[in-house]
Amino acid sequence: MIAEIGLAVLWMAAALAVLQLFAGFSALRPSGKVLGGVVRPLAVMQGALVAVSFFCLIDLFLETDLSVKLVAANSHSMKPFIFKLAGTWGNHEGSMLLWVTIMAVSGGFVALIEKRLREETLLATLAGQAFVSLGFYAFLLLSSNPFERLPEPAPEGQGLNPLLQDVGLAFHPPTLYVGYVGLSVAFSFAIGALITRDVGPAFARAMRPWVLGAWIFLTIGITAGSYWAYYTLGWGGWWFWDPVENASLMPWLAATALLHSASVLASRNALRAWTVMLGVIAFSMSMVGTFLVRSGILTSVHAFAVDPERGSFILALLAVYIGGALALFGIRASTVTEGERFSLVSREASLVFNNVMLCGILGIVLLGTLYPLLTEAFGAKVSVGPPYFNPVSAIFAIPMMLMMGVGPLLRWRKDKPSRITATVAVPALLTALALLAVVVLAPGIRLLPLLGIAVGIGLAVASWLPLRGRNLRRTPLSVWGMVFGHFGIGVALLGAASESAFSTERLAAMNVGDTQSVGPITLKLISIEPVAGPNWTALEATVTASYNGGAPVTLHPQARTFSSPPGERTESALHTRWNGQLYAVLGNEGEDGRWQMRFWWKPFVPLLWLGGLLVAFGGLLALLGRVAQDVKRLRVGDKIAFRKARQEMLK
Amino acid sequence: MKRLVLIVLALFAAMPLAAQDQLPPAPYAYRQLDDPALEAKAQGLMETLRCLKCQSQSIADSDAPMAGDMRHQVRTRIAAGEQPEAIRAWLIERYGDYVSYAPQNKPIMWPLFAAPLVILLLAALLLRGRFRKGSKSEASE
Repeated sequence: MIAEIGLAVLWMAAALAVLQLFAGFSALRPSGKVLGGVVRPLAVMQGALVAVSFFCLIDLFLETDLSVKLVAANSHSMKPFIFKLAGTWGNHEGSMLLWVTIMAVSGGFVALIEKRLREETLLATLAGQAFVSLGFYAFLLLSSNPFERLPEPAPEGQGLNPLLQDVGLAFHPPTLYVGYVGLSVAFSFAIGALITRDVGPAFARAMRPWVLGAWIFLTIGITAGSYWAYYTLGWGGWWFWDPVENASLMPWLAATALLHSASVLASRNALRAWTVMLGVIAFSMSMVGTFLVRSGILTSVHAFAVDPERGSFILALLAVYIGGALALFGIRASTVTEGERFSLVSREASLVFNNVMLCGILGIVLLGTLYPLLTEAFGAKVSVGPPYFNPVSAIFAIPMMLMMGVGPLLRWRKDKPSRITATVAVPALLTALALLAVVVLAPGIRLLPLLGIAVGIGLAVASWLPLRGRNLRRTPLSVWGMVFGHFGIGVALLGAASESAFSTERLAAMNVGDTQSVGPITLKLISIEPVAGPNWTALEATVTASYNGGAPVTLHPQARTFSSPPGERTESALHTRWNGQLYAVLGNEGEDGRWQMRFWWKPFVPLLWLGGLLVAFGGLLALLGRVAQDVKRLRVGDKIAFRKARQEMLK
Repeated sequence: MKRLVLIVLALFAAMPLAAQDQLPPAPYAYRQLDDPALEAKAQGLMETLRCLKCQSQSIADSDAPMAGDMRHQVRTRIAAGEQPEAIRAWLIERYGDYVSYAPQNKPIMWPLFAAPLVILLLAALLLRGRFRKGSKSEASE
């Protein structure tokens, strides 16, 4: 019964989206003005209905209703509660329903609270939002129905991939999806503003919180995904330039550019066309990401052919939305003036420079990800990996990070370089010193980690300079947000560079009682014992580690064996110190009865994820600051209106 | 894809030191070379070779038996004094370009190398146009 309710409600929501699209666009014509009033309620109702449908699916998973095909294929009655819950979106159909749910709920939210935009622009925005969600409704209802019943209930579910049975991963996809969908709202705003020729500061202010929110979620999602790869894959790697990772990185890069250009538009009324363009690109990248991940085209063009219906469907949606948006942009771009001018030395110019560099990285990642697919069409199977992505993205990233240290110190519109030279000298000198020190202390270091360390240190210091000469208690939250965001990038870069330059590895076959060392750490294998969890059994090693002969700490790396579905996974053990992390893995038993152990000492590697979290925290501060500003502005507006009304009355 | 895997597997079975899944891993799959300089050289190469049975992992990042055997091959050949690029060429000859993450200098890869230059050129043109117009209009103000 629950499944049928879920499906029926989903159909109703799709019908409301059709109405919303129709009413929204008719209301733009003088003859259809009457319909304008129903658009907002329709958007809110649509959001509520989809949410109900999604809760129905969650309920089916929690109850493990094995008569539903999706549940039987992806769940298991013995699975812990948290993974039953996460199983809801740990599959194709469920994740698409999650996508539509977040999208419709955000649409309803926009309809409820957005009051800054002109009414026509908002109606056009909501109509655009309905248009985008309709494609996804069609996709769900026609080719990936999550509520499909089996002719006969299955005796038991097939379970969830052991690699995915991890608390971090349970919340990883929804985080990224919120990010993707937040960008769809930005996209709808861009469409709305283009249709009503209303590209200006008000549009940028309305769009900015959504971009910021999406960007925060993407940042957290990418950081968490990287940490997940680091500790579950068992080899200490944290970024593989895997297409799935790139699919989340590309929207992030576009959203970062959009965020900055929307700020310029909001406060300086410049970069109008560029901001709209980035709004379209950012959501395009989310769609490309979804297409890459969901179509199965990643592993091979041939895997795509196995299930061509879904892949083609997303590809068609991609073509309709992106092609449509670009066509609209082409038609209307001439009517969008560039906005206010600025000189070569100004904060706007530095932001434009960094926007272009971000788009450069985006172009490289996009091309590198798709290139193997392109060559496969010509019959050549090639790989594009870190040896390409690392140096080539650095061509754009390093100048960008240098500019990040300088740009925030410049004034809007026009500035003199001589005004800030003394201020910039400090981090510039530090960068040079760091460069020199690393070359002397660690000769033979590769160029990229060397640059990463030096620029990371320089940026981490330079990011605090915008606070110089300010009253810290009266500094707006958004400035603090920028400071933390830029600081986080410097910190993350430092962690990444230090990891790739200074990691030491020890692979060893050990008997119980043997000692080994990795970097400054001495290790002793104490024991190996079997342990059992809810749906796995494992061998667990007890290892003591002592840093430079200090007090030993105990670690418990495990080799887990899952029963449903069968699979194996290493559970690495980590010991974090202020200056690095010890990474220990238990491998198989060798022929001679010794255990294959793997140890890494990775100096300063936690800075990488700490940096990512700092960036997200900066985004959160900025978001709070902006929302507080908006609320204040609204209140002041209300007060003025109230006083005016009272004066009228007194007269 | 399936055919490729089969070919790869067939090639693999023909190798004298090849091990199947049931056999214990080759000695240098999970053992480092004693000379740190040689080990670093081997590690550098292993990080740029693709594990053919995994999704986007290098052979230095994988527990797949095949990755272990390739690690063994790389380490023993480095220890025997071979240069990394010679080993890469040998592996490419056996498994095709797909095994190397470092793009090879072949016509089909040239557009990939040209991409950053094209992007830089476009960026320069865009910025130049933008600021030229900007300074002109400012002069006329």
